[in-house]
This record gives sequence, structure tokens and C-alpha cells, in this order.
Amino acid sequence: MSILLDDAYELHPQVSLRDEPFGALAYHFGNRRLSFLRSHEMVRVVTELADSPDVTTAFDRAGIETARRPSFVRALERLAAGDMIRPRRADTAEPA
Amino acid sequence: MTVAVGSVPVEPTSRSTRREGAPVHSVQPPAPRRSTLVEDMKRGLDAPICLTWELTYACNLACTHCLSSSGRRDPRELDTDECLALIDDLERMQVFYVNLGGGEPMLRRDFFDIVEYATAHRVGVKFSTNGTYLDAANAARLASMDYLDVQVSIDGADASVNDAVRGTGSFAAARTAMEHLANAAFGPFKISIVATRHNVDQLDAFKAIADSYGAQLRITRLRPSGRGAGTWNELHPTAEQQRRLYDWLIDRPDVLTGDSFFHLSAFGEALPGLNLCGAGRVVCLIDPVGDVYACPFVIHDEFLAGNVRGPGGFAAVWRESDLFRELREPTSAGACASCGSYDACQGGCMASKFFVGLDRSDPDPECVHGHAEGLLATVDPSKVPVSGVDHSRPAAVAVSIGSAPPNR
Repeated sequence: MSILLDDAYELHPQVSLRDEPFGALAYHFGNRRLSFLRSHEMVRVVTELADSPDVTTAFDRAGIETARRPSFVRALERLAAGDMIRPRRADTAEPA
Repeated sequence: MTVAVGSVPVEPTSRSTRREGAPVHSVQPPAPRRSTLVEDMKRGLDAPICLTWELTYACNLACTHCLSSSGRRDPRELDTDECLALIDDLERMQVFYVNLGGGEPMLRRDFFDIVEYATAHRVGVKFSTNGTYLDAANAARLASMDYLDVQVSIDGADASVNDAVRGTGSFAAARTAMEHLANAAFGPFKISIVATRHNVDQLDAFKAIADSYGAQLRITRLRPSGRGAGTWNELHPTAEQQRRLYDWLIDRPDVLTGDSFFHLSAFGEALPGLNLCGAGRVVCLIDPVGDVYACPFVIHDEFLAGNVRGPGGFAAVWRESDLFRELREPTSAGACASCGSYDACQGGCMASKFFVGLDRSDPDPECVHGHAEGLLATVDPSKVPVSGVDHSRPAAVAVSIGSAPPNR
């Protein structure tokens, strides 16, 4: 699943993030997947997604320089493939 | 600085999308070397990824390989309020799920209270049962719950192989429970098998049983723990069977293993999973009386980290116990240092070594290269550790199946 920098994303509501010394663990209660976010910057990006209008803004807020963003995009794609993050549509209410 | 997202199968999916057991993934662009996922895990986590919580030592069966020597209930077992308070702790620590077992967990009268409280508090539940008390009504109740996975245990693909280990009538009871789960449209429940010398030839038959229900097969390793200490010699797979088991598992990444066969990774390609001993690092055991051990297979004083009834509760035990801190220290390869397979198998299973009288730095007793054979031959039987925790019923009593009503 490719990530579009101009689109909005969010953590899946069934996912819990837990801080760890290396970054965070993400567990999806729906599909039972466990993912390792192995950098604190990556955790910041993921947490900024929900309040950012697009991915680029989330990168800005997390302080990720432009040259380093492609690797973060690949990591986000991996998370999206596991349904850990998902596109956020502005016109839909937050699901339960 | 690099970005890495890893993903491992954690006994995934019962009732959601089926997926293959993917190996550890990480996204690592060229950059200075950073720690590997396995190194991060070895240093331990702020809370377990999951833990095993044996709810009771009571069991209607008396399996000859029972890792917890279960049978009789212990009068000191955590009561309902203590169980719910423990779940509150686990929720605060964000322990994502617990593997509930026993004994037979459904023998607790508050079994459903505990399960429903946990799942309502974002502590997912996977529970193991022998199926005796899983009747149609209980199956329907379980099927209506979210965040719940069920695994029914059998140790043979037919009654003769199964009942030799688990007791007369236990195969029929387990199959009946599976029928109830299927009829209740529970979804893909799990069928859990401990691989033994007598059932390794039945792997395809196990798979056929699982497929017939749309269930997932889970095969785990026999340890010389609990009553298994006395039967391990005659039950553990032969060297040739280990090879066949490995080849079979490599061909079937959708079969779950609980990451328990990492010693077999020394055959070559790694099996799916973290492939490391998670004891005290990413997993642990809470026993029915609240004692916290490093893993479900080491119920012995030497691996007792504390009790959830102590000051600070479970969190203090997990984060501060001397034992767990020690287990998170870097380990040496010991006697395995010169073996080219050490990176693959990490020296094998701590519990298996301990209960056959080997040191932690010795090779696994089932080392696929046979490196433990000489050591095993020289172990002094009087020095082999014996667990002081035994709830076995006094004599080999006839096992009664289906006579007691389900407790709720």
C-alpha cells in the first residue's frame, strides 16, 4: 500500500501504541498483528498523523528533514500494509 | 539514524484475516549500524508482549507431560477480586494479551467473569482448554466475544495416541468441544498439539482435522517440565523426527508454533518468529497463586521472580526483580561458542536444559547437531532439579470426562 504525502492518515482505532526504550510496540487487537516501531522519531511521526492534515505536515511536526523522509515513507507503507495506520477521511466521523 | 518497523507473528489471527507467519521484518536504509530487533528484545521490554497466566492448578485430566503438574486446586489461588485487580495492572502496563491456561481454566467458577473483564479492558485473551467443559452454550458465549481466541488441546490425531498421554476419553471430549465451536460459528479457533515421539507421524492428520473445522493448527515443543520431567525421555521426538518436523513446519508457515522450536532453526533456514528465548524478556508466567516465573516451563524456585501480591504488584516484579534483570543481561554462548549454528538457535531452551540437569550455557538437550548427547550421558541423576510445585492428584485416578457441569 503506497502512502500519499498529501493525504491524511491515522492510527487504526483498534491499535494500541506502547512506549519502549527502542521506540514503541504497536498491537492491533483486530488482526492480532504486532509491529515494532524501532525509533522514537518514527513514533513521533505516527502519533502526529492523526492531528495532521497530511503526511508532510506530520513529518514537519516530527522534525524529519526532507532528505530522510523516503525511509519513513517506506516504514509507513509497511504499517499501512498491516492495517496499523489507515487513510483518514475528513468527512467521516471517528468510528468507535 | 534509521527507521525500522519490524513485524512478527504473535500467534495471530483467530477471527480476523488469516495470515502467514511472516518472519521478522525491518526497514533499514543504509546508515550506521543500530541494534537488531533481537538485541532490543533481549534487553527486555517495559512490559511483556504477552504473558501466560495459569488460572488454576485444578484439572480434570492428568496428562503425563503436564508442564505445571496440575490436578488439585491450590487453596491459595488468586480470588476473583485479585484476578480483576491484576487485569487492571496489566491494562495499565498495556500488556496486549494474556494466554490463560491451567490446569483447566474453565473449572474456575469465575472463568467468564475474568475473561469478560479482561477483554473489556483491552487485555486480549487467548485461552487453552482441554475442551471438557466447552459445551454448546459456552461455545456460543465465547463466539459472541471480541478479542478472544480459544485453543483446544489434543496430543494425538486419534484416541489411542491422544488418550495414552491425556487420559481415556479426552480425545472424544476435545473433538466434541471443536464441534461446538464450529457450530457456534466461533471462527478459526486453534487446535494445539505438543509434538511427541508418538504423534510426529500424524502431522498431516492433525492438519486435516484443523482444516475440517477451518481451524488453525498450533504445534509446540515438549519440555521436560512438570510431570513432563518424568516422561520426557520416552516422549520427546527422536533426532530423525526433529528433522521431519522442521521440514514440515518450513513448508507450512501458516502453522503456529508459539516460537517454541527455535532450536530447530540450527537445521538451516530460521522458522518464523523472533527465534530467541523470551523468558523474563518479552514473556513470563503468572501461576495460580500469583507467583511470577520467567516462563511457563520453569516452575521452579530458581526461576521465581516474585509474587503479584507483593508491594508494587506485577509491574514491580517485571521491572525490578533481580532474576529478570539478570535474564536481560547479555549472555555468553558458553559451550556453543564454537558452533556455527549459535546465531540461529541461540543455544536453545533454558527450561529444557535446566530440567534435564544441564547448565544454562550448555547446548539444548535436543540440539540438532547432537552436541548435548555426551553431556546428557554424564548427568548425575541425583543432581537433576525437581520442582517443589506439584499439584498432581495422589494416585492415578480414573479420569472422568464430562461429568461435572460447566462452572460459571
